[in-house]
Amino acid sequence: MQKYSVFSLVKNALSNHENWDLAWKDPTPKKEYDVVIIGGGGHGLATAYYLAKEHNITNVAIIEKGWIGGGNVGRNTTIIRSNYMHDDNALFSEFGMDLWRRMSQDLNYNVMFSPRGIINLAHSDAQMNTYARRGNSMRLNGIDAVLLNREEVKEIIPMADFSDNVRFPIFGGLMQPSAGTARHDAVAWGYARQADDMGVDIIQNCEVIGFDVSAGKINGVRTSRGDIKAKKIGLCVAGSTNILAEKLNMTLPIETHLLQACVSEPVKPVLDKVVTFGAGHFYISQSDKGEMVMGGDLDGYNSYAQRGNLPTLQHVLTEGIAMMPFLSKLKMLRTWGGIMDMSMDGSPIIDKTHIEGLYLNCGWCYGGFKATPASGWTFAHTIAQDRVHELNAGYSLNRFNTGHLLDEKGLGTKTWIS
Amino acid sequence: MLYIKCPHCGMRSQNEFSYGGDATIKRPELGKEISDQDWDNFVYNRKSLRGKHWELWQHISGCRQWIKVERDTATHEIFNTLKANEEISL
Repeated sequence: MQKYSVFSLVKNALSNHENWDLAWKDPTPKKEYDVVIIGGGGHGLATAYYLAKEHNITNVAIIEKGWIGGGNVGRNTTIIRSNYMHDDNALFSEFGMDLWRRMSQDLNYNVMFSPRGIINLAHSDAQMNTYARRGNSMRLNGIDAVLLNREEVKEIIPMADFSDNVRFPIFGGLMQPSAGTARHDAVAWGYARQADDMGVDIIQNCEVIGFDVSAGKINGVRTSRGDIKAKKIGLCVAGSTNILAEKLNMTLPIETHLLQACVSEPVKPVLDKVVTFGAGHFYISQSDKGEMVMGGDLDGYNSYAQRGNLPTLQHVLTEGIAMMPFLSKLKMLRTWGGIMDMSMDGSPIIDKTHIEGLYLNCGWCYGGFKATPASGWTFAHTIAQDRVHELNAGYSLNRFNTGHLLDEKGLGTKTWIS
Repeated sequence: MLYIKCPHCGMRSQNEFSYGGDATIKRPELGKEISDQDWDNFVYNRKSLRGKHWELWQHISGCRQWIKVERDTATHEIFNTLKANEEISL
């Protein structure tokens, strides 16, 4: 594989950039693989990469219905953080933060990781107390957290509404300085390029039609490009989880919902942090191109539409304008929607299933992008060793049955409860 | 914007309603011995498929009645609405 560097850039510039290698191949599916990963999004590609890198399993296929990186990894708000209170979430996410910090070097691909910090705003004394508690829990788990008072927040984001007569005055905030953003497409492409180089077959335009299950064991998968045998199959299909679960006669604690995001026209640099509104659900950052990248609540009802509805967008942007009034002067450049695998407690599932050789990775709700490396790493471990790693032990499928819910914010399918 | 025909009030915009999830889920009968799995299925497990979906909505800014709506989860087309006590014929 060609190494990407300033030298290769200069060298290829001299030949008009016509001699670059393909980043990944377009193989015809083989009859059998050791492991088949369904879903060529961030999590699926990362899983294949770590299977090859950490476990030396390279006879792997990723099968993807559309094109790789065309789902939620290509349509998110790129926020990366580990500001969780519960141990299971905190340790998993902080492990992921370490992978993020090394990702550009590991993948030899610039994912533009920008640890600019995230601030969760507080709008009451009670919320400040809650944030103090969460910040302390984070620090006990080795995650950086700083509790900011009103004046300190004002110094960092003076464009927020600090006037006297507002409905939700800013009391302060909780900052995780090491949180940030990354270039989402680069993450997918970087993982794909390395996985391909280590021998993983990336098979696009290949839809799963059914599964070959007998005597409680998985034997293979039926696809639009023929049958593929495999003793181990991993599902990383986010919003399509319910559709594939039905083909396996499984009913999961997952509902498929639509989440929207939007960007404004590009403006000069104004915001160098990720900021979330504490009196509702709204988050914002500024991209390197200058666009304000914004998101908020689900549309609120089961949906596979992959496009948004305006009442939710209006609701979300009303919160944004309450927080940062200057946003009302900006024009909307684009909006988009993706379908989320919303779990019932708001936390993901990375686990084995009752079918031997079938592994499940789903339930990412609002937080799939930031989890990409840790999800891939732990899922690869779960598949390779046929047992969960301690980092994903809390993300079990049967926790809904046993009552060990991970209700970090309770932001599952029933958003109105929070 | 969805337009939902409330069986009590007529056609109204989505803004007047709040969503209540899958309408085909039946609560296990009171006083009857049930397994953990039955309870799990009632509380957490959902089909949530692409296509026609019977779901509960509450006309919260109108008559405040719960209603049943048959909607396509991919196209948002609404086929049918029922009062809460009317049985769905699948």
